[in-house]
Amino acid sequence: MDRHISVPLKDETAASLRAGDYVYLTGTIYTARDAAHKRMAEILAGGGQLPLEMEHNVIYYMGPSPAREGRPIGSAGPTTASRMDKYAPALLDLGLKGMIGKGKRSREVKEALVRNGAVYFAAVGGAGALLSRSVTDSQVIAYDDLGTEAIRRLEIRDFPVIVVMDSVGNDLYETAVHEYSREWKG
Amino acid sequence: MRTLNVAEITENIKEMCIEANHFLSSDMARELCAAAGTEKAPLGRQILQQLQENLKIAGEDMIPICQDTGMAVIFMEVGQDVHFEGGFLEDAIQEGVRRGYAEGFLRKSVVKDPIFRENTKDNTPAVIHYEIVPGDRVRITVAPKGFGSENMSRIFMLKPADGIEGVKNAVLTAVKDAGPNACPPMVVGVGIGGTFEKCALLAKRALTRPLDQVPDLEYVRELERELLERINCLGIGPAGLGGSTTALAVNIETFPTHIAGLPVAVNICCHVNRHAVREV
Repeated sequence: MDRHISVPLKDETAASLRAGDYVYLTGTIYTARDAAHKRMAEILAGGGQLPLEMEHNVIYYMGPSPAREGRPIGSAGPTTASRMDKYAPALLDLGLKGMIGKGKRSREVKEALVRNGAVYFAAVGGAGALLSRSVTDSQVIAYDDLGTEAIRRLEIRDFPVIVVMDSVGNDLYETAVHEYSREWKG
Repeated sequence: MRTLNVAEITENIKEMCIEANHFLSSDMARELCAAAGTEKAPLGRQILQQLQENLKIAGEDMIPICQDTGMAVIFMEVGQDVHFEGGFLEDAIQEGVRRGYAEGFLRKSVVKDPIFRENTKDNTPAVIHYEIVPGDRVRITVAPKGFGSENMSRIFMLKPADGIEGVKNAVLTAVKDAGPNACPPMVVGVGIGGTFEKCALLAKRALTRPLDQVPDLEYVRELERELLERINCLGIGPAGLGGSTTALAVNIETFPTHIAGLPVAVNICCHVNRHAVREV
């Protein structure tokens, strides 16, 4: 089912999404990948304040290529989400409602999605030029020294994603592969 | 003896880094386009259409096909009758990469140390493989490699008794484990034989072979065909969201090996299998 929804994500919207839904996101999201997650984990371990609120927000696992003049961003597709599996459950427990990335997640992340009524979206990997057209503004809000790995606030319009893991434990990667796998007959 | 100024190498490598990150080679573009017509899953077809559109936008707007513009892997086939002047060849190559990634607005994805991980901010160093060949020409291949798929690559040190069935199982295992992480539809580069490092290099080199070029050995041709069919029966599909297009090609390179071994390397590449080739 195709849906247009706004981000940050309301509890009831997140709860209504189902694996396989094709969704266009409009609003504000934040980027963070490996190095930013490591720093946020260190802050949490030390009892400090994170550079962004987790509640109802969506994190996009993405490090863009540099923007050409007059453009908000360069190529902007998803990176592999599993590298953030170690950090994601703690952020979900703080209210993070959604993550955008690509690829499989751990059992711990899936459990945290169900526990917190959150969702995991996939954007199409390797379609960074196309996806950049749905980004209308990009501002670094923390960790500028990390370059492409800095935390950015993105304004997005009709950003295309697919719900892969929902808040009731469905996983499209498992069900879809099962649906299309067939025996090799030689 | 032919004298070649290394400045020419720098300029070519700069241009090739930019070219490879914005335009797929025609064989890759053709296979991706064909897949959009044969894919069985509706969502898979939609994704393959998006990838077509993505390529078009990348070329028209000069925005990289993928934000992961890779670590630059460079193959230098240097004719033994070439004499370089004007500086050290390796420095000239790295300078070409530095300029290409700066002037082309490409992402700087290289860290100085694997543990301390400080970004070098110019995407150097590139990984360079030299080969001395007959003649007085230099053939350069620039193949920027993204790490979504690189991370899913594997080496298997099989036993001779494992034979060709062992090779097939190794490739299928690597592809199954890679699944959606490697941004399918993928190209699967396979190296069989040699030593531990030689088979890895064969697998990397296999990714740069044009998809329409067939191997000389009949059993290799047959193995490529069978593995491609079996991979596309796995159901992983475009973006790993289900479908009949999991791989666009399986490219295999072989090399003699030791009586005690059967090394197999599987280097997986996403659908953005980039390489630019020039002869200077």
